[in-house]
Amino acid sequence: MIEIVQPGPLATVQDLGRSGHAGIGVGVSGAADRSSLRLANRLVGNAEGAAAIETTFGGLLLRPDRDVTVAVTGADSPLTVDGRAEPVNTVLRVRAGASLRLGAPARGLRGYVAVRGGIDVEPVLGSRATDVLSGLGPPQLTAGTRLPVGPPPAEFPVVDQAPVRPVRDGDLELSVVLGPRADWFTEQAVSALLGEAFAASADLNRVGVRLDGPALPRARTEELPSEGMALGSLQVPPSGRPTLFLADHPVTGGYPVIAVVLAADVDRAAQARPGQRVRFRQVTPAKR
Amino acid sequence: MRVLRCADSALLVELADLPAVQALHGELRDSTPDGVLDLVPAARTLLLRLDPDRADPAAVERAVREVRVGERRGDDGGLLRVPVVYDGADLAEVAKLTGLTEREVVHEHTEHPWTVAFGGFAPGFGYLTGGSPKLAVPRRGESRTRVPAGAVGLAGEFSGVYPRESPGGWQLIGRTHLEIWRTDREPPALLRPGVRVRFEEVS
Repeated sequence: MIEIVQPGPLATVQDLGRSGHAGIGVGVSGAADRSSLRLANRLVGNAEGAAAIETTFGGLLLRPDRDVTVAVTGADSPLTVDGRAEPVNTVLRVRAGASLRLGAPARGLRGYVAVRGGIDVEPVLGSRATDVLSGLGPPQLTAGTRLPVGPPPAEFPVVDQAPVRPVRDGDLELSVVLGPRADWFTEQAVSALLGEAFAASADLNRVGVRLDGPALPRARTEELPSEGMALGSLQVPPSGRPTLFLADHPVTGGYPVIAVVLAADVDRAAQARPGQRVRFRQVTPAKR
Repeated sequence: MRVLRCADSALLVELADLPAVQALHGELRDSTPDGVLDLVPAARTLLLRLDPDRADPAAVERAVREVRVGERRGDDGGLLRVPVVYDGADLAEVAKLTGLTEREVVHEHTEHPWTVAFGGFAPGFGYLTGGSPKLAVPRRGESRTRVPAGAVGLAGEFSGVYPRESPGGWQLIGRTHLEIWRTDREPPALLRPGVRVRFEEVS
């Protein structure tokens, strides 16, 4: 068992989410920054999709009741084990009763703590992910939550440290493909999206990030029948201020989507902090 | 058919109408192109969610365009009988909006079988279509912060049942004790696309 002593602002259990249930209104959910979750799991020899702890702005303190092997990835947070500083993106041994503490990150927002064996809470519809929008999966972690750890996998950790490009501060540049409803917007809206800077607002969670910046006026004002939405969609409500949808986004939406962020960049978008500047760069997806 | 790209994450297929969506959904569910993770039917569109590491959007698009929709008319997901107590807070308002009496609203709602067209809004929420056209009403001007589980409502051309307590803007006409969503049941949702629904009045 791992005891959560302090969860920080929001800590949840996440894996790679649920697929195949969108027809009954169930979204994917799973880690907001999937590449960081995968890396944390690989470091400790887990399958990439094993469940781990996702933290938001650090503040986590946990204590295992037996010796465990862990890896911490994602946001660049100060990490200590029983007060001794340890690096992120490495394989760590944490002894029974020791305290692992993740401080507020200097860069990035979300951290991942993978434990060898994975967090073994009861899956819901094939996933252990907490979906904050639909309320599926385990409840968010609170002080005193005890998390079971699964049996160790057959694979062993093969590296001590992963060479990771650090989460950067400064402007976040995200690649987008225009559409599917870019034609519902004026030309000025499209050039503002691609030419001007936005800022991640404080209205930001696992569902999405509301962006401050130039309004994106519509060329067509009729109502759009509700339609399925992709991860990374930039949906524009009547206010003209876009929302970038993350892991717990709704399955369908009723406002037009002007552009979609490439899947690989959604992970970086999930590390955006309130106030951080965001720019969108248009790409055409590679033809294969 | 128009196929719109959603970066490398999805394809949005635009179709003529809901029966066309249901037909294509049925075909693709039986034979899903490689790299497609999930299908999201809606009123006029079908979203194909892709695995960006595996799917070639161009190849998936070709596969979609090659689908020959057969004779099937949507999907027959069986018949679900839903017992309803018609005492909803908006029943009088719905009567006023439709020009019917409250008894006539109940009659129209129970007389015609509905079909789950698609899901969305919340896990287990199904948009029911094909019922009485006389019951088309706008959503409430202001949505309620708390609608109880089992509330039966109307909005636009649709009827629906709230799977769990949540906010909601539909006109509420009644309630059912049927548990339409349970994650410990297989399948968890009673209202899946293709299921026909018959509302039955109980007291």
